[in-house]
Amino acid sequence: MEVILQNLTKKFPSRDRKNRKDVIAVNDFNFEIPDGKLIGLLGPSGCGKSTTLNLISGLLKPTSGKIFFGKDDVTDLPPENRGIGLVFQNYALYPHLTVRQNILFPLQNLKGKDKLSKSEMLKRAEDAAKLVQINELMERRPGELSGGQQQRVAIARALVKMPSVLLLDEPLSNLDARLRLQTREEIRRIQKETGITTIFVTHDQEEAMSISDLIVVMKEGIVQQIGKPQDVYDNPSNLFVAKFLGTPPINVFEGRIQNGQLYIGDNAVLHTGNVSDRKVYAGIRPEGFLLQDDGPLCCELGGMEVMGRDISVVSRNKASLNPAIRSIIGTDNKIDMSKTDIRFSLVPRKVFLFDRETEERIDFT
Amino acid sequence: MKKKLQNSGLKAWLYLLPAILFLGIFMVYPLIDVFVYSFEEGYNSASQTYWGVGSYNYSYVLHDPYFLQAVKNTFLLVIITVPLSTGIALLISTGLCSIKPLRNLFQTIYFLPYVTNTLAVGLVFMILFKKTAYSDGFINLIISWFGGNSVDFIDGPYWAKMFVLCFYTIWVVMPFKILILTSALSSVNQEYYNAARVDGTSRFRIFMRITLPMIAPMIFYLIITGFIGAFKAYSDVVALFGTNLNAAEMNTIVGYVYDMLYGDSGGYPSYASAAAIILFAIVLTITCINLLISKKVRR
Repeated sequence: MEVILQNLTKKFPSRDRKNRKDVIAVNDFNFEIPDGKLIGLLGPSGCGKSTTLNLISGLLKPTSGKIFFGKDDVTDLPPENRGIGLVFQNYALYPHLTVRQNILFPLQNLKGKDKLSKSEMLKRAEDAAKLVQINELMERRPGELSGGQQQRVAIARALVKMPSVLLLDEPLSNLDARLRLQTREEIRRIQKETGITTIFVTHDQEEAMSISDLIVVMKEGIVQQIGKPQDVYDNPSNLFVAKFLGTPPINVFEGRIQNGQLYIGDNAVLHTGNVSDRKVYAGIRPEGFLLQDDGPLCCELGGMEVMGRDISVVSRNKASLNPAIRSIIGTDNKIDMSKTDIRFSLVPRKVFLFDRETEERIDFT
Repeated sequence: MKKKLQNSGLKAWLYLLPAILFLGIFMVYPLIDVFVYSFEEGYNSASQTYWGVGSYNYSYVLHDPYFLQAVKNTFLLVIITVPLSTGIALLISTGLCSIKPLRNLFQTIYFLPYVTNTLAVGLVFMILFKKTAYSDGFINLIISWFGGNSVDFIDGPYWAKMFVLCFYTIWVVMPFKILILTSALSSVNQEYYNAARVDGTSRFRIFMRITLPMIAPMIFYLIITGFIGAFKAYSDVVALFGTNLNAAEMNTIVGYVYDMLYGDSGGYPSYASAAAIILFAIVLTITCINLLISKKVRR
């Protein structure tokens, strides 16, 4: 089912005595989430992504704006009537109930015409458990499970009543690195198998990029950019999005445009075509640097980190906003560590220009 | 390495020493002493002499009608007040936790009895229940409004006196229970409630299936301490009915022990010890049963 958010806004009253202004957690959010897709809500902590999720779930009421599930306006519906499954960051499994009882819990709440027979409930619980591969652990209690297993139980509990929308709040943040990789594949698989529209919240850009069909980047309650992960990475709409996506992060330089050239320091590094003269920020992805002995960008060589697949060169430049510039080059390049300087040429499509004032993207050809 | 271990063991005992000494002198030794007295017939604490050793003290106490009355009173008090006070406290604290405005005010009001002076409380109960030359007491006033006959709650029929005692006991223990339960209730993670809400769980079911099991350890704690406290009731009874409890048919087991030691008919430390050991056995049994049940329920 598609989920449509229309001018969705949530304000919280300020607790600060000196500053009475409301805190705007979500500001005029407009988005149409297509049916059967996996959406990642991405942003730094405090950007309003969990609030957005809670608004969709109905645990919070929006200050203004509307939420539609398909054609139905659900803005004023309580959470239980929205047909959603919600997985909490800390799983919120009932510790005194077994896995089976936990998964059965939502089914036992059904009343009237939706009421299921006992055998039907058990079958549904068994199916949900099989889907997330925990059917061997049905008699255990949550305290006897590992973090990853608890996560699966929480997903099974959310899926068992066959929701039309599945919401996951920071689903991987309590897992260790290895389990995180495994579980995110798992979430992707479950989403594909069930075809349920799934929205998940994360502050980890890698996580969002790797499994989402679409990502929504948020900052201070305002949507910065919505798009396919690769598109957003390749075409960030502003400096914030560019900085937020990618590991190692993008390298940002203070630069200026003069006579159709981008200057970093005194080096003219790139032709920028029709852009008028002004001061800019230049963002260069780590993979946008090419080693070249007579390349236009000259940096002070700092060190080298070998990571097997490729080499990360650490260097310094006065114009750089990051303390160290990280550029990634293939292992077939040889670097002479005895030199003090290193020179690069740049890959034009890995270089982004941003206005100094607005930090918005400036297109160049 | 071995030496070091032994050394640290010694240190541990040294740290434990003050507590062990204290408990030993004031708890364990008297307990053993009372146990010994309870088998020494006709023990005289002034001359430190006794006639012989045997179970006569127990047989005397168990055949004493005053003691049987005291046991009956104590058991009635326990059985009525512990479940009632815990239940009402649970209701009030659930209510307290579900209101937002004025919550702190109500919490303070419910906690006031705990910090109020016993004498002031006694005075309030006197105004409520006691018949004087000027009035029949506030409760009787209400009864007569509804056309009932006034009842003498302090010197009247047994059930009336029992009612006052239970009422008083429940009222006195309530603040502490409410305090414990409200803090237990507010420590239940909000996410459980959110999860239950998303699943459309009714309020009653949330309370029965989530809230109650979550705060069960605290409830068991309150029940066990409530049982023990009610079995040891004495001062409240004296405050309500005066010192001649046997005549008022309102004696408790602790009251009986006290009377046997210091009361008008007192001076029998052997009987007092036997009664005290019987009380100890009762409390121990009940506590063990409680613990067993709580363990079974939590499994």
